[in-house]
Amino acid sequence: MARSRVALDVEIPSDVKYIEGVVELATRKCRELRIPPRKCSFNVRIALSEALSNAILRGNGAMSGKHVRVRAVVSEDKLVFDVVDEGAGFDLAAERVDPTSPENLMKEDGRGLFLMRRLMDSVERFQKDGNVVRLTLNRE
Amino acid sequence: MSFAISKQGEVVVVDVEGQLIVGNRQELKQKVLDELEKGEKKFLIDFSQTGYIDSSGLGVLVSLSKKIREQGGELRLANLNDDLQTLFELTKLDTLFQISDTRERALESF
Repeated sequence: MARSRVALDVEIPSDVKYIEGVVELATRKCRELRIPPRKCSFNVRIALSEALSNAILRGNGAMSGKHVRVRAVVSEDKLVFDVVDEGAGFDLAAERVDPTSPENLMKEDGRGLFLMRRLMDSVERFQKDGNVVRLTLNRE
Repeated sequence: MSFAISKQGEVVVVDVEGQLIVGNRQELKQKVLDELEKGEKKFLIDFSQTGYIDSSGLGVLVSLSKKIREQGGELRLANLNDDLQTLFELTKLDTLFQISDTRERALESF
């Protein structure tokens, strides 16, 4: 089994003003891990921002007493982010709306999960000490 | 992060400085809607000083586009960097908006 280590482990209150700081920290860590710069500055930045936004606004309902935890684990071949909120979770498989289809293009919402899926190598959701959205980015 | 509004001829120009994200999208929306309410019809949003737009920021642009069009107006975008261009292409919003390379070209396009 490939060796892995925790590259980042932070917890923030449920307020969108904290997203930028966490994303900056994560992209910096990503670059330090010698992952291609565009993957850090574009893929990670966007996907993690969207996951955090969902966790804060939907998972935790923006309730100030609740928290979101972000944990990143790096191994030889991939970088894995777990974004954990205190919500009941959702059916990821059922969330398959295509915001690029003509009938959805003019809608204001529905692009977050789509972007996560397009920019990460995998997106998973499960329950483990909270509602976890796991974003996996392969190094190459 | 801020939004600077200026007028160039008949066009209201909005410079987005920093990011257009979930934390500030409503501010942009309100500023543009205030101008629309005053009777302005032509809008250009310039992203030359913008690092990042998230999905909620994209959503606000779609919403503003609809509202401006409903009032008989036009919304144009300019100066997307490579990452923002890719973001618009991924979401196919490049097909919805008229996007120019420079502010000058965008202003000429009205």
